[in-house]
Formats: sequence, C-alpha cells, structure tokens
Amino acid sequence: MPDLLDKRLVFVTGKGGVGKTTVAVALGLRAAAAGKRTIVCEVSSQENASRIFEHTEVGFHEVEMEENLWSISIDPDESMREYVLLQLKVRAMRDLLFRSRIFTYLAAATPGLKELVTIGKIWELAQLDRKVKSGRKYDLVIVDAPATGHGIGFLQTPRTFAAIARVGPIHSQAQQLDRLITDQEHTGTAIVALPEEMPVNESAALEAELRSEVGIAVDRVYLNGLYPERFSHQEAERLAEVAAGENGLVRAAARAAVSEHGRARSQRAQLARLRRRVEAPVRTLPFLFEPELGLEAARQLAKRLH
Amino acid sequence: MSAVDEILEGKDICICAGSGGVGKTTTAAAIATGMAARGLKVCVLTIDPAKRLADSLGLKELGNEAKQVDPALLERHGVEMKGELWAMMLDAKATFDELVARQAPDEESRDRVLDNRIYQQISSALAGSQEYMAMEKLFELHTEGRFDLLVLDTPPTRNALDFLDAPRRLTQFIEGRSLRVFMRPSGIAARVAGRSATVALGVLKRIVGFDLLADLAEFFNAFSGMVDGFQARAKRVNTLLADPHTCFLVVCGPQGEPIDEAVYFHRKLVEAKLPFGGVIVNKVHYPAERLRGDGGDLRAALVERLGDDELAGRVAENFADYQALAERDARNIEHLAAELRTSGVIRVPYLDEDVHDLGGLAEINRYLFASSDEREALAAGRT
Repeated sequence: MPDLLDKRLVFVTGKGGVGKTTVAVALGLRAAAAGKRTIVCEVSSQENASRIFEHTEVGFHEVEMEENLWSISIDPDESMREYVLLQLKVRAMRDLLFRSRIFTYLAAATPGLKELVTIGKIWELAQLDRKVKSGRKYDLVIVDAPATGHGIGFLQTPRTFAAIARVGPIHSQAQQLDRLITDQEHTGTAIVALPEEMPVNESAALEAELRSEVGIAVDRVYLNGLYPERFSHQEAERLAEVAAGENGLVRAAARAAVSEHGRARSQRAQLARLRRRVEAPVRTLPFLFEPELGLEAARQLAKRLH
Repeated sequence: MSAVDEILEGKDICICAGSGGVGKTTTAAAIATGMAARGLKVCVLTIDPAKRLADSLGLKELGNEAKQVDPALLERHGVEMKGELWAMMLDAKATFDELVARQAPDEESRDRVLDNRIYQQISSALAGSQEYMAMEKLFELHTEGRFDLLVLDTPPTRNALDFLDAPRRLTQFIEGRSLRVFMRPSGIAARVAGRSATVALGVLKRIVGFDLLADLAEFFNAFSGMVDGFQARAKRVNTLLADPHTCFLVVCGPQGEPIDEAVYFHRKLVEAKLPFGGVIVNKVHYPAERLRGDGGDLRAALVERLGDDELAGRVAENFADYQALAERDARNIEHLAAELRTSGVIRVPYLDEDVHDLGGLAEINRYLFASSDEREALAAGRT
C-alpha cells in the first residue's frame, strides 16, 4: 500500500490535459480496493469524474460508485449555502441572508471566496466527525484539483484569504484550512505530468512554487502516458530501412514502429529530466492505447500505481 | 478548406481559444511566426506564467513590453522573415496598475487604490484578473496600432469561456454598486433599502468578520471615481472582440473531451455573436487511409520481409494500436466538423518530435499554412 494513500486527504494537481482526473479516479479505485472508504472530489461543474464513472450526473451529493468508493462534484454556490447553514443556527436569519441581494453579490464577487468555501467543503468531507448531518465517514478524500494558469492558485486561497480578512470567523477558518493543506502527516499532494518538454518544465516549476508559496512538499509526481519501449535501437534502424524500401501497409507499419521508437526514446529523456528536476519521487504510468480514457482505463492505471 | 493565412486575411486580431493542454500556446506562437514570415508585423501575447511562449520562441524571458524575436535566430531554423515577429508575456498586475494609473483622476486616488489590500489580491493572484488584463492589453496594443496583427494566447482556464466573461465580472465587482449602497448604514440608501438589508449586513459581518467588509468598503470608495472609466473601457473592449476584423480560432486535441469542449466553445462564440474563424486540431493520428483495403495479411508480409516472427508480431501490434487511435481521431473530427457545420477543420499531425522550439514551430506551420490538399499530401507522406 503506498504511503500516499495512507493519508486522509490527497490533492491531485497539474496542468490541464495531463490526465489528472483519470489518475485521481485510479488512486480512488486503488484505495477502495484496499478496503478504504474513499471519496473522489471534483471541484468544478465539469464533472469529469462522473464522465469516467459513466454516470450522467454526480452533482453536489456523495454518490456511491463502487464498493467503498464515492464521488462528489463540489459546486461553490452549494458549498456556500451549506457553509452558511452550518454557521447560522437560526432559520430566519439564514432565509434572510439567502434572499438578500447583498449576500448574493458578496458571495459572487469577493475574490477567492468560491475557492475558499470549496476547500472548506473538502475539509468537511475529511472530518471523522462530519459537520453535515448523517455524513459518511471517509478514510481518504482525493481531490481532482482544478487546472488554472496559476498552478497553485487554488491551494493558496486559504493563505491569501487569511491575509485579507484579518479578524473574525473567516480569518480563523481560513487559517485552519491552510493548516490542513500544509499538514504533511495527513495531507498529500501529487503532481501529474506528461513526458514532454514543457509539461516537465511546468511540473518542476509547480513543485517549487507549492513549496515556496504555500508550504507544501509534493509527495509524488506521476509521469502519465509513457510509451512502451517496443523496439530496440537496432530494430528501429532496420525498420527504417524497410520503410524506405517498401510500399503499402508494410511501409506504413514499419514507419509507425520507427515513430513509436523515436517517441519512446524522447519520452525516456524527458523522464530523466523530470527525475533530475523534481525532489518528489517520480512514478510512471503507461500510455493506454484506448480510444477513450474511461473507467476501464482508470482500472488499468490503478493496477499500475505504485 | 483554407489555410490559416487565408482565414486571417484582413484580420488584425487573432484569439486562440481552447481548454488547457491542447497546444494553444504553441499554436499561437506558430501562427504569429507564420504570419510574420509572410510579411506582417505581428505580436503574440501570452498570459501563461510558465513562460511557455518564451521557451518556444527561444527567448530567455518575456516582459510586459513587446520584444522582437531575433530574425537571425528564426532564419537559422529555416524561417525566412519578410515581416517582424514580436512577443510579449502579460504581467497581469503591472497591466492592472497601469490601467489604474491611467483612469485615476489624481495621484492620491491612484495610490489609495494601489495600496489597498483587496486591490493587491485581486490584481495579482485571484481568478479573473489575468483574463481581464489580457483583454485590456490587447485593446491597448490595438489602439496604439503598432502591429498589423495581434495573436492572443488565452489563459488556460478550465472553462475556455471564462476569459470572455471576465471583464464583465470584474467590472461589476469594481463597480460594487449594490454593496456600496449598503456600506453606509446611516445613509439615505440604507433607509431606502430597509431594515432587512441592515440585518443581512449584520449577519454577514458575523460570518466574514467586519474587517473584510471594511476593506471592501475602502476598496470601493477608492475606486469610486474610476468606475465610469472602467465601464466605458470594458464596453469598448467588447466592441473590439465582436469586430469583423477580429477572429477567434478554436484550438483542441483529438480526444473526446477536448472535442466536446471545442463544440461547446464554438456554440458560445456564436451565441455571443463573436467572429469564429476556424478550428485547429493538434496531435492528430493520421490513419494510413489510402492504404487501407490493400488487403493481404500484414503480419505475414512483415514476417516475410523481416524474417523474424517475433519482431513482425510487435510491429503489427504497434501498427494496430496506432490505427485504433487514428480511427478514434477521425471519428471525433468528423463529429466536430458536423457540429460546427464546417469542412474547414485544420488537422496538425502528432509529430515524431515534441514541439518546443522554433524548428518545431516551422514544422507545425507546414500544416497550418497549407491548403487542405497540401496538408493531406504532407500527412500521407508521413505514413
């Protein structure tokens, strides 16, 4: 059992298009298979995870996907509502607030508030003593973190907010969330990368930024989509000669083999660069020759996680 | 259909839009390089803090000022420059500061805004400001008229549309009208707004802490003299985006999800009456189409040619894997073309080499700037 999955909360982060959702779901499958009650959280309305689980909609509920595995799509407006419900015990006051234009305005306009209540909901899910009535207890919460221009923007929100709101409940709660994010014993962070020049550079920059700006030490970097090494160098040279002297399908097949060899090699060079440039241990995940990366792909990756 | 240079004929702004990880930055850099090579003075703007554009243009760094890419360097990579290629990496905070300085009625108001902590957070770190400032810089450069063509690489937001909405959202926030009314409980506005608003404000104070509200009030007061200026400018930016001389190119990858996002994005562009120019699909696995139906047993032919059963097996397996991806890509692109009611999908093949330098950009441009027939012939030559 990898130590990453022994934590209570794991953020899966990285740039867009690197396969974060698939890796997050694979980690969830792996943990669930090991008997951990696990929930995979999405933090936008795009519901990539539900796409993988082939459910039409997950929404702001904890939906059981498999044995021991749940999924939720965290909507910031719903999180805000739930947060206010938990803060205010008097029903009349809550109704007043929700009907109030000023509340709607502030909730929509205050920069970072959406991200903050989203992280607040993640915190709530990770509690052994859930605040939400009849809340299920989870052993592990996995977050498919949003990809933004600022790789660290989302995780930095509590710290930013604690600085803006100097006093009051929001200040102390933002501090509490920041402590949760940086608590290395219980919270882990994984970066997903691709074996290409720029994604490797970006992953190294992301790791450094998480360390210096948020105080997070990344636990693991997953290099996703690594081609198999199907052909040796000699074989590739020979196939290149064959491609040059042939026509038709034999030529096309030989040509495809030479391309695959070239890509596999350049990917190995990127893997070596990544290992040199990041401090966290690097694990590789194979490229899957699947038309669509659905649940089956996530299952295959889950077996290969180490 | 058409090549990128035909699509961009007579345009002075090209906005590359799409979700993250589809090669948007590279595509924007390639388009700018190609158009500059054809004789235009082009500036490409990027917002990505990861310095991707600088990487792909071989520049050590980019700043908030446009820098010219050395023509000698371009020529060394086989790009003959008839025009000029410039690049700029947007510094959102610096752009915002400049904008405030321009809009502020006097130095004191300017400093009050620049010193405000809420402003400092908004202008540097928080969602929406990068997108807003990208539009702002685009508008500024366009007004200056120094360039024939501006190519914008939009920020990699999860939702490709966020950047379109950002100026409006941020302007509304700065405007802060509905909040400002309630900020002075003793004022006439509060009496008009009634008791329930006062109570709501009281409840809010308990949740967010008074300090945050006080900071916000200060922020809105500091901005109060500039609201009209910001609004007017946002309106002019929107007019520029909808101008027929502006062109939106949707960039995506061939997998199901990016294709769906491209379809969605195209629909939103049409709804917003923004000028859609075309769609570029990167990293396409081309099938060995004209060879299909050749018949014959490939595996047997390979065994015969290679004299190695085991190696022939691996070559055949690899080819089958590749063809499966090619078929998927073809299906997805067909779906895309049908949804967009266009035959003008520009396909850039999945190249053997990872594109991250000027040589790579030149290679991409062989496809972007080719007619569809030339493109197909080039791609067929690869298989």
